[in-house]
Amino acid sequence: MEMLYAITTGVLAASGLYLMLRGRTFPVVVGLTLLSYATNLFLFSMGGLTTGGSAIIDGKSNYSDPLPQALVLTAIVIGFAMTAFAVILAMRARGDMGNDHVDGRKAEDKEERR
Amino acid sequence: MSHLIVMPIVLPLAAAVALLLTRFGNPTLKRGLGLATTLALLVISIMLLRQAAGGEIQYYALGNWQPPFGIIMVLDRLSALMLFVTSMLAVGAVLFACGGDDEKGSNFHGLFQLQLMGINGAFLTGDLFNLFVFFEVLLLASYALLVHGGGKARIQSAVHYAVLNLAGSALFLFAVGLLYGATGTLNMADMAQAVSQLPGERQGMVIAGALLLLVVFGLKAAVLPLYFWLPRAYASAPPPVAALFAVMTKIGVYAILRVYWLVFGDQAGPLEALEQSWVWWLSLGTLAIAGIGVLAARDLRLLVAYLVLVSVGTLLAGVGMRSPEAVSGLLFYLVHTTLVTGGLFLLADMIGVQRGKAGTRLVRGRIPRNATALGLLFLIGSMAVAGLPPLSGALGKVMLMSAGDSAQRLWFWPLLLATGLCAIVALSRAGSTLFWRSQASDDGDSLSPWQWAGTGWLLASSPLLVILAGPLAGYTEATAEQLSDPQPMIQAVLIDQGGDQ
Repeated sequence: MEMLYAITTGVLAASGLYLMLRGRTFPVVVGLTLLSYATNLFLFSMGGLTTGGSAIIDGKSNYSDPLPQALVLTAIVIGFAMTAFAVILAMRARGDMGNDHVDGRKAEDKEERR
Repeated sequence: MSHLIVMPIVLPLAAAVALLLTRFGNPTLKRGLGLATTLALLVISIMLLRQAAGGEIQYYALGNWQPPFGIIMVLDRLSALMLFVTSMLAVGAVLFACGGDDEKGSNFHGLFQLQLMGINGAFLTGDLFNLFVFFEVLLLASYALLVHGGGKARIQSAVHYAVLNLAGSALFLFAVGLLYGATGTLNMADMAQAVSQLPGERQGMVIAGALLLLVVFGLKAAVLPLYFWLPRAYASAPPPVAALFAVMTKIGVYAILRVYWLVFGDQAGPLEALEQSWVWWLSLGTLAIAGIGVLAARDLRLLVAYLVLVSVGTLLAGVGMRSPEAVSGLLFYLVHTTLVTGGLFLLADMIGVQRGKAGTRLVRGRIPRNATALGLLFLIGSMAVAGLPPLSGALGKVMLMSAGDSAQRLWFWPLLLATGLCAIVALSRAGSTLFWRSQASDDGDSLSPWQWAGTGWLLASSPLLVILAGPLAGYTEATAEQLSDPQPMIQAVLIDQGGDQ
């Protein structure tokens, strides 16, 4: 399970990073979202992965670390708010600049790529 | 018993909520509330400063959950000093904003208080994850403040600023996760103890986490490869916001000092000072680049933004020297540079308003109407920021220069002095263009007394710092001494259970 978990986190982070380096705001926002998913998964695994353990301490020895769960919850809330803000900012930039390039470049630019 | 320690966070939060509720209310009411809160914060921070000056480390356990299980706010000399600088700067910025900048968009005062809450929280917290939360609070407020008033330049720089900082937040979480995974705690004092008893196979994780954390703090502090967002964002931000942003880079410097002197202090064994060579060389690079940027700037606001970068390079070089003398010098310089660059951002806007169409661009235009008063303020601000002798910049630089050992001096002295020269050349060129090589005219908008008060408040700090140099240097020396030994902090937070709740 550890291997599958690590690969999933890695692939999410790599895709997020790749999309974040794109030139238009939409892929960048999607990239940020993917990166924050990867972060959440990573944080979650930091208490050690437990299979079939209880969520809280109930006297048995096999329980999962509750702290990463609390951290992930906070990180999800913050990440969600930040994504909402990034979307609004990107829309505002599209409206003000007349294009959706991160650098706000002119539309007739020759080197323009997607 | 004492709830004073948590007041710098609770008070701006309450004020911000009240201000956001009266969003469309009477501007005078909002200004009064914003100003009153900021002044109250100044009073509280002075009280905390006096409380911390005794050298006792106090903490406030939120919800009375004792450390290392609960989140704590820690008050020591360093955090009290940073709170004081922030509230001094905030008073100047709010005074200036009352001159009319706050009504150019909505919610200025509310967002401003939220940002103050984030900044104060970041300075007070003793918990690594809580530091992340307060970073997010101050960043979210700063995103909104950066686009206050709108305009293409602001939106565009805000896109860069927001995306970069969101990526930085993701890295921060990775780093926190790694450190938690390796040490099993988030409380910084507890982590310092855990690092000293670290099993060998977890060392790699801690090193990776610590250096990732350095990337995040470097992004906040705007160190060499991570500074590209800064000049454009600071130059396009509304003036009171740019002034408050003068303390934002210092949060990065503070975080580096706090984390690496406490967690990776002398109890950490092989992991001690693992950030030092990175910070040292990158700070020197930042100084060099910033010197070139200062010379190349064609706009007064951009010039001041590069001066912020110069101060970041200087401060981080002090961190990179990693000696108590250097920390003492850098804290003195930090107080000076934060207040003076904040004042210069305000002054640049006042000059720009009076020059009409030419704005702050360094081209021939018309002479500002209040040329004598503005010119005098510009002279004081430039001399202070470039580090010319009678004012406070020179004192801070001398303290830093005398702190390095001989190998460090070889690199630091020429670079610092050359950057100072760049600043002098650029500022005198800018000043003569603005005030002499222009046509006199009687046009130009008049400036509100609030704006004069805000700028005067911040720029007057430089001569005041010279007069009060003795007590301040004594305080920064004591701070450096307190920082250099992590044991009292660990004991105060973990073993002593008699702390205030």
